[in-house]
Amino acid sequence: MATTTTTVPSAGPIAGSRSFISRLRDGDEIARLVTFIFAGTVVLITLLLVYELWRESYLPRHKFGFGFFVTSVWDPIFDKFGALPFIYGTVVTAGLALLIAVPLGIGAAIFLAELAPARVSDTLQFFIDLLAAVPSVIYGLLGVFVVIPLMRQYVQPGLKNSLGFLPFFQGPAYGVGFLTAGIVLAIMVIPYIISVSREVLISVPRDQREAALALGSTRWESTWKVVLPFARTGIMGSIFLALARALGETMAVTMVIGNTPTISASLFSPGYSIAAVIANEFTEATGDLYLQSLIELGLVLFLLTFLLNGLARLLIVVTSQRGSGMGQA
Amino acid sequence: MKRLASPFLVVLALVAIGVAQAALSINGAGATFPNPMYSKWFDDYHKKNSSIEINYQSIGSGGGIKQVTEGTVDFGATDGPMNAEQLKAFQDKHGFPILHFPTVLGADVPTYNISGVSGELNFTPEALAGIFLGKVTKWNDPLIAGANKGVNLPANDIVVVHRSDGSGTSYIWTDYLSKVSDEWKNKVGKGTSVNWPVGLGGKGNEGVAGLVKQTPNALGYVELIYAVQNKMPYGKLKNSSGEFIKADLASVTAAAAGAAKNIPDDFRVSITDAPGKTAYPISSFTWLLIPSKFSDGTKRDAIKGFLKWMLSDGQNEVEALSYAKLPKEVVAKEMKALDNIQ
Repeated sequence: MATTTTTVPSAGPIAGSRSFISRLRDGDEIARLVTFIFAGTVVLITLLLVYELWRESYLPRHKFGFGFFVTSVWDPIFDKFGALPFIYGTVVTAGLALLIAVPLGIGAAIFLAELAPARVSDTLQFFIDLLAAVPSVIYGLLGVFVVIPLMRQYVQPGLKNSLGFLPFFQGPAYGVGFLTAGIVLAIMVIPYIISVSREVLISVPRDQREAALALGSTRWESTWKVVLPFARTGIMGSIFLALARALGETMAVTMVIGNTPTISASLFSPGYSIAAVIANEFTEATGDLYLQSLIELGLVLFLLTFLLNGLARLLIVVTSQRGSGMGQA
Repeated sequence: MKRLASPFLVVLALVAIGVAQAALSINGAGATFPNPMYSKWFDDYHKKNSSIEINYQSIGSGGGIKQVTEGTVDFGATDGPMNAEQLKAFQDKHGFPILHFPTVLGADVPTYNISGVSGELNFTPEALAGIFLGKVTKWNDPLIAGANKGVNLPANDIVVVHRSDGSGTSYIWTDYLSKVSDEWKNKVGKGTSVNWPVGLGGKGNEGVAGLVKQTPNALGYVELIYAVQNKMPYGKLKNSSGEFIKADLASVTAAAAGAAKNIPDDFRVSITDAPGKTAYPISSFTWLLIPSKFSDGTKRDAIKGFLKWMLSDGQNEVEALSYAKLPKEVVAKEMKALDNIQ
């Protein structure tokens, strides 16, 4: 926004008000225009996406209306389509993933940024960045060959024996299901949380820590009460990123979730997610209503991401008002 | 730079040669199941006729039907025949009909993982339908045990596994179940994706195979070729003559021969539960979808030439890739049908 510092070329007869041409020659106007176009493209692509999804889902929107969101039959043969089990599966697996990944990721970020020696921190960061770059099908294979057998043989029977009185840990242990998908997703999103949170924590000004230490706080108190609140917005940003990835992840989820459209309180139950069903059925979807229902599912996923992101942002606003007011602008 | 440049030039040169030689390029898209066979055929045919290059994208049967209807490809391919509605859509758009040409045969087999049972299990149609409807839930159910005297079946719950992705394999399987069980026909129906009453979904043959191998007491279905190549155990099925038949290339071709006498002129026929003592009941054709009129005469002749070769010399390559050959009656009938392409 600071456009006042540029030097005006001298000896112009119309030096007072700089003409558009002269500003253009300075580069300000060009830079403004170019960056504006770039920023505008993002909005444009988003709007185009929504428009296309909206336009291409005409049939199911008119046939099922709001019922699409609240019915749970998905039958391509008899042309009955309801999105509820897929919405449920998407929300539950993404929620589980965050539940596991947020404490682990932020804890690791605190260690790397505040406690670990710089060399250890940088080395570990290298590996974390590598993890973030692993293709999701690899995580899916990890799920199939490692996580699923472990879940079926040890974790699920263990949970059933100890916490089986809860509705979350009942039913047969297939290995695949909501819990397994949540765990695999958590493994996938942790690198994002660590990586971004660490950067944010490191960039907290040194003065903040020193001031806290000077006031007699311990190292942990300075981290917990001063550095973390200062970095809260950035850390939240990392969680949004993780949430977005968890909601939209396709390949790894479809390999471990069991691909059965069910709504069940039990996390052992096989389920289905929006992204997974689109990937599974899109290529062979023949009827118009069937194809368009899959496209409407895409629209639903878009809205869901939008809604959850909005809710999360609202949460930040509420908590930062109630909190110590340390939150960054 | 130099090191980079030389392979780049080689690639460029190859591309240039390819473009120069392939005067005629024909594009097709569709079914994934016959893709290995089609790739080999198109490659071999190109070697014999260097002026004709056929490109095939295995995007799935649904995509193949869609693209050939929209006219973005020259021909399509599908594992399940086009239905009346789809045929009408093509006719309405182009003003002439589309033709089905069977190319090879495939089959589905039931595969299972029961600890302590290593031999081949026998399955009756009633047992399979019951299991996939969720009515037969234990391995020692009389419907299963009755056909497997002497096998010690456990009293465990059956874990049903099906395909989660839309596929011709599921089409054949549900087509069979629809024929042998009225309840399946009315409640679930046949299709590349259906609303499965029970079970877990695995993505692709490998997804189903993985779940079956890992999950004790599981029962799923995969393509015969996949089961053979991966040495998976699979069961015998009771056919319409009451014989328990193990799927192999001969018994699949026998199923087609059994149905060949009554094959309709448009070749849109399901050969599941086919008559014949040695016929394997869950078999199916896979089809090429060829428009009946081409505005480009050279393209038409090239496609007809390929089909003629595919039905004669091409059929000799089929078994090497574990597909079942077309029976002679069907080949003869298809040769005649070639005249319908104008």
